[in-house]
Amino acid sequence: MTLLRADATGTQEALSLSGYRSLFCSVRLRKVKPMLGDEIVRYLGKLTVVMGLVVGVIPGSACLADSVQLTPKDGGVLRVAQSSDPLCLDPQQAGNNDSLNIGRQITDSLTDQRPDTGEIVPWLASRWTVSQDSRVFTFYLRPGVTFSDGTPVDAAAVKTNFEGILKLGARASLGSGYLAGLKEIQTPDRDTVVLTFSKPNVQFLQASSTMSLGLLSPGTLARDAGARCQGQLVGSGPFTVTSFVHNQRVVLTRREDYAWPSSLAGHQGKAYLSGIDYRIVPESGVRTGSLLSGQIDVDTGVLAQDERLFTAQALPVIARPNPGLVFSLFPNETDPVLGHKEVRLALNKAVNRQEIKNVISHYQSSASSALAGTTPFYTDHASELGFDLAGSKKILDDAGWRPGSDGIRERDGQRLVIHLSYWQSAPYLELLQEQLRAVGIDLVLNQTTISQTSALQNTGKYQVQFYNLTRSDPDILRAVFAVDAHNVNNRKAEPVDALLDASSAELDVERRRNLISQAVTLLIEEGHIIPLVEVTTVVATAKTVHGLHHEASSRLQFFDTWIGR
Amino acid sequence: MSRPSSGLSIRHLLRRDVLLYVAARVGQSALVLWAAFTLSFAILYVLPGDPVSIMVNQDGQSLVDGAELAKLKAEYNLDKPITEQYFIALWRVLHLDFGRSIQSGQTVASALANAIPPTANLAFCALVVALIMGVGLAVLGCLVQAPWLRTLLLALPSLGAALPTFWIGLLFLQVLSFHFTIFPAMGNDGWRSLVMPVATLAIPTSARIAQVMSRSLALVWSQPFTEAIRAKGVSRTHLMLVHTLPNAAIPLLTMAGLIVGGLLAGSVVTETVFSRDGIGRLAQGAVSAKDIPMVQGVVLVVAASFVVVNLIVDLLYPLLDPRITLSGKRR
Repeated sequence: MTLLRADATGTQEALSLSGYRSLFCSVRLRKVKPMLGDEIVRYLGKLTVVMGLVVGVIPGSACLADSVQLTPKDGGVLRVAQSSDPLCLDPQQAGNNDSLNIGRQITDSLTDQRPDTGEIVPWLASRWTVSQDSRVFTFYLRPGVTFSDGTPVDAAAVKTNFEGILKLGARASLGSGYLAGLKEIQTPDRDTVVLTFSKPNVQFLQASSTMSLGLLSPGTLARDAGARCQGQLVGSGPFTVTSFVHNQRVVLTRREDYAWPSSLAGHQGKAYLSGIDYRIVPESGVRTGSLLSGQIDVDTGVLAQDERLFTAQALPVIARPNPGLVFSLFPNETDPVLGHKEVRLALNKAVNRQEIKNVISHYQSSASSALAGTTPFYTDHASELGFDLAGSKKILDDAGWRPGSDGIRERDGQRLVIHLSYWQSAPYLELLQEQLRAVGIDLVLNQTTISQTSALQNTGKYQVQFYNLTRSDPDILRAVFAVDAHNVNNRKAEPVDALLDASSAELDVERRRNLISQAVTLLIEEGHIIPLVEVTTVVATAKTVHGLHHEASSRLQFFDTWIGR
Repeated sequence: MSRPSSGLSIRHLLRRDVLLYVAARVGQSALVLWAAFTLSFAILYVLPGDPVSIMVNQDGQSLVDGAELAKLKAEYNLDKPITEQYFIALWRVLHLDFGRSIQSGQTVASALANAIPPTANLAFCALVVALIMGVGLAVLGCLVQAPWLRTLLLALPSLGAALPTFWIGLLFLQVLSFHFTIFPAMGNDGWRSLVMPVATLAIPTSARIAQVMSRSLALVWSQPFTEAIRAKGVSRTHLMLVHTLPNAAIPLLTMAGLIVGGLLAGSVVTETVFSRDGIGRLAQGAVSAKDIPMVQGVVLVVAASFVVVNLIVDLLYPLLDPRITLSGKRR
């Protein structure tokens, strides 16, 4: 490891190294003292650069032992247990985490994103410019990069990729959204790509760092979508697909001539691991037992009830909240009950998020905004999400909702009942049900299958939706709430739409942060969102596994991972 | 026509009435397959939700707009009226084109080709083990003379049938894989990975076999002919293995279809607990995603295996028991 410069204006490389190490350390600290308050953990996160410097200088600290004294070992196949079949390995088509965890290793992106600050940094594009109106993005490609079939990663290949994603349409469920409004792609020379959007589109820079816009060889893009899903994929990433058996395993093999890691990587050249063997193990108890008995090295889907086992065995646990929209209730405002703003506000005030915090994983936080704390441009809105039982009751009283004989309020013969159909595992909703009952709102929970939930949503005859959305850019707010986008509330245009629109065009960091913060406040004040809890991806590893970490979207990055003794 | 039935012979299988019988049964089988296909199509249609929405909405992480979704639905003919969808699907299946899985994009034929061998392997091994354990237990229960031991042996099948497969599997894993690391906890690699799944699947199956066999053995054992044979001085074991067992096995053969069905149903749980690839996992994933082409492929394969097993059983009856004939006429 290089000695780090003591001044805060160090070179890009020194900063990224320290950033990486401090990220690793802050995670370790979280593991050692899981009971630390959220604020302290968040504060530690903000002090990352300082932490990295301190850790690099003071001998004898726990992090020093972990990341400095041990020299990475080359070789070895990492056995990773995932909970579900990835279904489709193509990162451009995939949407679920288990698939994206694989896709990230086989494709590279134009840019990368620092997990700690959200800053966009070089990867396959060594630099870029964004026009003042944030409509034109020019990327200058790093020369000498090839796909594993030998074809060059040049401007033409990038163009073919992005056009291909648009052609995939709904199949590229994430990427096609990021590229929406793309007017044209020009390739003035071999290493320059110019994308022009019809509207300002600030989020595209972050999108260019995701595996959903990861690059595949033109040969792969010529194949049909189904064949690509089965692993007939050629990317420029540090690993290539060797085999894929559904419901069984995915085997990746290291690319020996790989030499273009992201500027965030902890080392140069090829990956340390000679391969990754992903096993699909649906039962959480089997994953836990297999990790404890040394039959796997990494469990990517640790359930809250198994966390104590790992802590007791002192096995490393890597946890990071998913950036983006937190798990929330999204009211359908065409509904006769939830169309009333006072009901939505009473709902929000009746939620006791501190109490909910007690029944979820201790790596998980309750919501402190519409956005998770790891989302770039996040600001704390906890004061707008305070528990106020009396206030909630008063709002409903004032609006004429009177408690009936069973304690559930009603008005003009209409009972205050909210039906929620969902498919996720979220036991804390039962606590929420109890909390709402205390103010006279009857939350009827119907846990069902994803097909039934999506069928109900398609009919439009639902009262609330419940989900989270992972995205390491605050533009997710615009995508979900804006009237001219997904318009999750089915509402008419309001002042918040102007704010969301402005935020999608604002290049200045502070001004954008301000717009986002104002938008979050309005969304909460209007009751368009009732934020509940953050999602955290909890991963446990064997003691021999080093250098595994989450990238900015909280998916796994194995490039710096190595197996020690 | 009064030729006595002559044990197991090839000539028996080539007789004209047998061939006619087989032809009629093949016709019937086609009807059964068609009914299974139609019924599963109807059930999937009644289930709420459409597979394309589920496919693009993996983990609920996408915001695909309605127009793009409609395009994809049209690609899978899901925008057409139900009857038209049905006839398109039926026409394809008649041409042995099972289509592509909506969920994963692989062809249903290749998914089935990958999933059938591991399940067949698992089910066959479990059947052999279950037969040995089930029949062995019934025979022991019949031969043992100490009343307490007999009661104990005859109580075992009820216990075996009552234990949930899921729990047995986890127990095996806990002891033999996590604690003693004798067998691998997951995968389809080699015989070692087959031991625990086979045992897990064999226990409930053997319990069912033992229940039927012990009742049937007790019945045959009390028939007058056994007395006659014993009077000749034949040992109890010899009497059991040579004279009683073959006679008592007929009800077991009748159960063959049920046993195969039980094995296939048990494979869903067994394959999940032991993280194995196979028909059970394929079916479970396809049904929960309403993946119509895949579910129909699985249904047809399972229905075909039932039909084949029952056909084999029916052909074997006359060979084992001369009192049973294929044509229904007494000879």
